[in-house]
Amino acid sequence: MWDSLKLIFTDYTVGVITCGTALLGAISGMLGCFAVLKKESLLGDAISHAALPGIVLAFLITGTKSSSGLLIGAFLSALLGLFWIRKIVTKTHLKTDTALGLVLSVFFGFGMVLLTFIQKMPDANQAGLDKFLFGQAATLMVEDVWMMGAVTTLSLFVVILFWKEFKIMLFDKDYAHSIGIKTKLLDALVSLLIVVAIVLGLQTVGVILMSAILLAPAAAARQWTNSLKNMVILAGIFGALSGITGTAISASSAHIPTGPVIVMVAAVIVIISLIFSPERGYLFKQIKHRRNRNDLKLKKTLQLMYNIAVSHKNVYHPHSVKLLNNFRGYSKKSIQQMQRDGWISITGGMWSITPKTFEYITQSKQQQI
Amino acid sequence: MILPQIEIQIIAALVAMACSILGVFLVLRKMAMISDAISHSILPGIVVGFFITQDLNAPLLIFFAALTGVITVILVEYIQKTELVKEDTAIGLVFPVLFSLGIILITKNASDIHLDVDAVLLGELAFAPFDRIVINEIDLGPKSLWVIGIILLIIIILVGLFYKELKISTFDPSLAAALGFSPVLIHYGLMTVSSVTIVGAFDAVGAILVVALIIAPAAMAYLLTEKLKIMLVLSVLVGVIAAITGYQLAHLLDASIAGSIATILGLFFVLVYLFAPKKGIVARYYRTGRQHLEISLLSLLLHISRHREKEERHVDHLQDHLNWNKSKAKKLLHHAQETGLIEIQNQIISLSPKGKEFAEASINFILENQEHRIALLKRELFLKQ
Amino acid sequence: MKENIAIQVDDLTVAYDYKPVLWDIDLKVPEGVLMAIVGPNGAGKSTLIKSILGLIKPIAGSVRVFGKPYKENRKRVAYVPQKGSVDWDFPTTALDVVLMGTYGNLGWIKRPGIKEKKIALTAMEQVKMTDFQNRQISQLSGGQQQRVFLARALAQDADIYIMDEPLQGVDAVTEVAIINILKELRNRNKTVVVVHHDLQTVPEYFDWVTFLNVKRIDTGPVKDIFNDDNLTRTYGINYKVALNQ
Repeated sequence: MWDSLKLIFTDYTVGVITCGTALLGAISGMLGCFAVLKKESLLGDAISHAALPGIVLAFLITGTKSSSGLLIGAFLSALLGLFWIRKIVTKTHLKTDTALGLVLSVFFGFGMVLLTFIQKMPDANQAGLDKFLFGQAATLMVEDVWMMGAVTTLSLFVVILFWKEFKIMLFDKDYAHSIGIKTKLLDALVSLLIVVAIVLGLQTVGVILMSAILLAPAAAARQWTNSLKNMVILAGIFGALSGITGTAISASSAHIPTGPVIVMVAAVIVIISLIFSPERGYLFKQIKHRRNRNDLKLKKTLQLMYNIAVSHKNVYHPHSVKLLNNFRGYSKKSIQQMQRDGWISITGGMWSITPKTFEYITQSKQQQI
Repeated sequence: MILPQIEIQIIAALVAMACSILGVFLVLRKMAMISDAISHSILPGIVVGFFITQDLNAPLLIFFAALTGVITVILVEYIQKTELVKEDTAIGLVFPVLFSLGIILITKNASDIHLDVDAVLLGELAFAPFDRIVINEIDLGPKSLWVIGIILLIIIILVGLFYKELKISTFDPSLAAALGFSPVLIHYGLMTVSSVTIVGAFDAVGAILVVALIIAPAAMAYLLTEKLKIMLVLSVLVGVIAAITGYQLAHLLDASIAGSIATILGLFFVLVYLFAPKKGIVARYYRTGRQHLEISLLSLLLHISRHREKEERHVDHLQDHLNWNKSKAKKLLHHAQETGLIEIQNQIISLSPKGKEFAEASINFILENQEHRIALLKRELFLKQ
Repeated sequence: MKENIAIQVDDLTVAYDYKPVLWDIDLKVPEGVLMAIVGPNGAGKSTLIKSILGLIKPIAGSVRVFGKPYKENRKRVAYVPQKGSVDWDFPTTALDVVLMGTYGNLGWIKRPGIKEKKIALTAMEQVKMTDFQNRQISQLSGGQQQRVFLARALAQDADIYIMDEPLQGVDAVTEVAIINILKELRNRNKTVVVVHHDLQTVPEYFDWVTFLNVKRIDTGPVKDIFNDDNLTRTYGINYKVALNQ
């Protein structure tokens, strides 16, 4: 893998491709945050599948594999899919999941029918279209990367310009509307940006896996931060990282399409985030859970000691350690720990509570009342 | 038509039946996208199974793949429970990863596994008749016919046996739990059956188009009826017709069979979506227009009946107070006058006795949640003219 | 009788999917009252306030805020939606949410600056949430989340406050704190409209009340119209059950 990473900086073609996948990862990671927060995680999946017939039709009409023509086809077809999903959900009682699955599979099926026509064409070089199913970053040209750069810059500009409006619309649509923000317009704008990101990624990642590149960086980024701004930036970084690493691995072995590799890299980032992120992560929650349990145990032991201690005229009078033997929370180790933390003092086989313990338990008893 | 062609159509019809029965429950339970997830994520299971058995129809492979499907569901639900990501995101994360794993396994071992990525996506229905079961030199027909036939039989038996439980747990999970049917058990049962069905259908129509066969017939049936039994029958009917028409189309165009079936399903759906008698777009458009008029009319009558002051009942006043534009106000007044609900004297509107009766009765029906009786009342009143 | 009319609703009819939820509502809310909207479930309480705010397009009727359509006077109105209507796991802090209250006055594209932050912090102080300003909103209790919502409305510095069940699922301390803030707003001649569920507390908390059940049943000062007759007309003969809930 290190060899292939080195390749990125030495080989011009690999450098171009890496630039492309990094840009793509970054922009889809950032826009993916909006998709996730709009609770439209699976919409990307439907939209990317819906792009297929457009690509194939564009190819049939223009007869070339020129990227821009195919991208326009993909864009129009994806928009049509999106539009129909929205219509099905608003105009019938069918639910979103049904509309998504329906549009996804029907558009894809139609695309497949069209594909068979291409396969039958006399000088069919349909390898160029195969890449749209699973992506082949190796086919990225310098012009493609320039276009990705331009679109990314433009999207970024729109996001920064309307940042405040996007944020409030995503959080509280009704409220945003009540203070005069054009929520419908912004909503459409966000959807449009997401469609653009998807279409842009089809060549690299393919129609089937594009949605994962949209979701995974956003889901991972959410675990590390509680601020929308940081989440979007972080998702961009994670996306770029997945793109670069995925391309590097895929470039080192000619047979593996880029899409699946990028998805696997992104998945690793998600798994790491879900487990190791501070505050939200699984590990952190387990540690916190255990600490809480230990604290509770300590408190119970101290309470017992306190009760024994106050039975004597002088609360700091020493008592025998043996007195504690019947108590479950007690162990030699925990007694030593308590001594170290200054809760009790031990001389010989005798213990006595410290003023710290006395205050702590008295206070907590008062709080209970 | 030659025998293999008939066999292909029978297989396609059986797949469509199995999928469309299952689809009804998945669509009603708002779990349509789970079928999409399962159909993708079984891929690594299929690859591993194929690695061992070298046969796409081997029971062991089906078992492996179905197991992967169930694992997907469990994994998705586990991630959802952590509440670290939104519900949909969990689905959207799990299946692409497993699918990617499958694709990488296939391409990495391309020389060892004769499993084509195209076959995974599109199925190999056209080749199904060539893989036959032959015992003691007696030809028992194509293997995949047997596989999907058995799966369909299992589905029919299970749905027949647990129809009541499925119905209650779909429409009212809490009631089902109270009655002692475990919704969890039914849920996982359904997920297991879904996984097995998708694996069985996968071989014939591929990973993505199996989703079309599951969702589209059920969605159409749901636009046509709300009764579960009729929905099941319609769904199966639509599924089978689409499968056979799709095959004919593919034959005609010499195109992908699975793709053609999905395309036909899409076309059928557009027709149902537009022209379904009650839920279709066209019917809905006309109905909403009529209802809008009706409610506007009622609010006009109500307004007049509630106000004795002349200025509130002035013809020109409707625009200001009811916030209607001129043409709408004019149209409604005309309509109300025509039907004899109101009388206009010197630009002042007042209710006729009939109008009064209608307005009062209507509002009471609405308050008592019995809007349907307004239509009856209208018929009665307007026939009396 | 007070002079100025803050909100005037005329002949409002609203239908969802052509099932009527509000029928020919007339309503005049005088300036400077603290008003509860009460009625059974499905009476159209939320629908009424959403129509006032222009979130729902009515079939017939008009709404005026200080004599003008809502759109023209929107800066004088602050809205507190139901707490359950938003995703509290949204990546943002309490202060950020309160800052949103200043967006309406900022207009498009412009970002909140020091001045806006000061406004937000003052609003947070009023609801005693200053210590929690940097908390992620999901880490707040239900009562604290409701306080944040209230602070966001306060940051708008409006003349009319419209709230959808601000006391839903809050602790007793927060309930008293919120009511005190609302009373204080009323004392500054602001108009406060609250969708309210707990009938028992109406006389104690509010000075004005509207009974609603698809039709408007009655509206006026609590001391004059909060009686058995109106309660029966709104909730049916078993209204005492509703009272004790």
